[in-house]
Amino acid sequence: MITSNTSNIELRQALDIHGHLSQALPTDLDNRDQLIDLYQTLVTTRLFDEAAVNLQRTGLLGTYAQSKGQEAIGTAIGKAMLSDDVFIPYYRDIATQIQRGVLLEEILLYWGGDERGSCFSQQALDFPLCVPIATQFCHAVGVAFALKQQAQAHVAVVTGGDGATSKGDFYEALNIAGAMSLPCLFVINNNQWAISVPVQQQTAAQTIAHKAYAAGIAAIRIDGNDPIAMLIGIKQALEQIRHAGKPFFIEAVSYRICDHTTADDATRYMSPSHLQNALKREPLIRYKKFITQQYRWSTEDDKQLYSLCQQKVDQAVNNYKNIKPQAASEFFDYMYQELPHDLAQQKQDFLEGLKYHE
Amino acid sequence: MNELTMIEAINQALSNQMQADERIFILGEDVGANGGVFRATEGLQHTFGEHRVFDTPLAESAIIGMAIGMASQGLRPIAEIQFMGFIYPAIDQILNHAARLRNRTRGRLSCPIVIRAPFGGGIHAPEHHSESTESIFAHIPGLRVVVPSSPARAYGLLIAAIQDPDPVIFLEPKRIYRDGKQTIEDNGKALPLDTCFLLREGIDISLISWGAMLKETQQAAALLAKKGIDAEVIDVATIKPLDISSIIDSVKKTGRCLIVHEAAKTCGLGAEISALLAEKAISSLLAPIQRVTGYDTVMPMFKNEQSYMPSTQRIIQAALNAMEYR
Repeated sequence: MITSNTSNIELRQALDIHGHLSQALPTDLDNRDQLIDLYQTLVTTRLFDEAAVNLQRTGLLGTYAQSKGQEAIGTAIGKAMLSDDVFIPYYRDIATQIQRGVLLEEILLYWGGDERGSCFSQQALDFPLCVPIATQFCHAVGVAFALKQQAQAHVAVVTGGDGATSKGDFYEALNIAGAMSLPCLFVINNNQWAISVPVQQQTAAQTIAHKAYAAGIAAIRIDGNDPIAMLIGIKQALEQIRHAGKPFFIEAVSYRICDHTTADDATRYMSPSHLQNALKREPLIRYKKFITQQYRWSTEDDKQLYSLCQQKVDQAVNNYKNIKPQAASEFFDYMYQELPHDLAQQKQDFLEGLKYHE
Repeated sequence: MNELTMIEAINQALSNQMQADERIFILGEDVGANGGVFRATEGLQHTFGEHRVFDTPLAESAIIGMAIGMASQGLRPIAEIQFMGFIYPAIDQILNHAARLRNRTRGRLSCPIVIRAPFGGGIHAPEHHSESTESIFAHIPGLRVVVPSSPARAYGLLIAAIQDPDPVIFLEPKRIYRDGKQTIEDNGKALPLDTCFLLREGIDISLISWGAMLKETQQAAALLAKKGIDAEVIDVATIKPLDISSIIDSVKKTGRCLIVHEAAKTCGLGAEISALLAEKAISSLLAPIQRVTGYDTVMPMFKNEQSYMPSTQRIIQAALNAMEYR
């Protein structure tokens, strides 16, 4: 049991940057298929990210927020969650979303400016990604309350960035989750940057994890570039929540080795030396070294896996490009369960107006 | 059958619906053992248990955000904000999430929540406890905004709000919480939303109002009758979406319209009603539309709040102006 009475919170790591294991794998993880599957999610997320940026650069997608370098966090969350847990994401959680049934083309649809991208066809209860920073933490507390009413021990898993931990909703949600003992896992992707403001300027707290202590919530820090440590940590946290019925907090320390979004230019504020240093620590290179050592993963294996993942991404891009546009008037139709009379009139006026353009 | 004040009627509606639907939960500040600072939730925690009627920490944004999360998973939360003056930290949650969740997920998730908040002046409350900012919410697409004006309408409209599949801001005019009783049968019957209520039929002028101001408006109508002026009185009740067709029908009959609200004048709901009448019924108007409202000032503290609030006299004077217009 992790308690909140230590002043230093050590950063947990299982793989060093050379891919060496610092501890034996837990028995439930020591499985080639499982760990190669994890690699496949990392690679799919990375390739999807690249495809999305390319689509944005060629005008086929709107502003897009990359997950590059932070794939290990979302991958571990997706691997560890049960299907009946509920995920409340922010916007760098593609790796988790795709493991929970959200289709790659739905993610493209969303960033392509189409609400249908959040109408997940194969995921009923997860939240769509959250744009207003930190508001999602409060939703997670409500979801956790609802899950607590059920017989099974399910967990609300919510993510956010380091920037979000400056906001009131973050503290309000942590405080309530602690006070009401709600089954909620908070995972903060500390990628060191809130757009252009470094984490050192955002807080005087010793670490982001310390912020959970004030709310009476157990917290750990994990190397967010280390897929194995992340998976062990998330699994342990979920287990503890299911068992004790109390919230838990994880600070995943990563680095945003990309722009904030495609509308951003990080060279204006991120020093090249910092970036170079971070690139050495990023999860894909490290993990590939690990499976090479652990499972004799070959260049040929790697090529095949990349090609498989690329095909999946290409197929999604293709599907996205070919999806039928929604009806122009559809933006009226989901404001309420039934269209109120005033809005029905406005929709009719809109449809009348369309006729003049034909 | 019971003789109930408005606050008792609200309590009875909450109790009735909690009995009928176990998905309903009440959350807010001091709603549990204390029964709410106005006693709207009195006895409910005792009846339905601490898990269904619970006190939250003092955090308005989280109260509404939490209600959204609960609703997304199939619960029907009723959140109390202790006074409307403290709802603003939750505007982000209301505007960016509660009002949008159905639309942004194309109906996959929805947000059937009721947000109750006492509002309005006239009870000598401290600073920040007396404002009327209903227009802010009426401007937000995706919400319903409902204001009862009597115990019976509080009972029936609150039940309708609770049963509505979309978020409803239910604003309770606290000045009339205990201002008179009505006989209410606890039958769980909803009154219709999205529609006005005709409180008095008349042929000379249409007086349009909602909430506590209907008290002065109806007094004015009675006094105008003594002067031979037969006023029609309409309770708007659901201020979003606005039932403008009932108002238009009335104005077509009377030819004159006077709107009364406690909220500040600029961009108050009176402005919207006026604009819609100008768009759709200008040829029926025999006189300029009159508005009797609060002023575009900060709500004065209570020593001077009566100077701000529309009075029966101001309403009568504005009605006479409309009647005398040539």
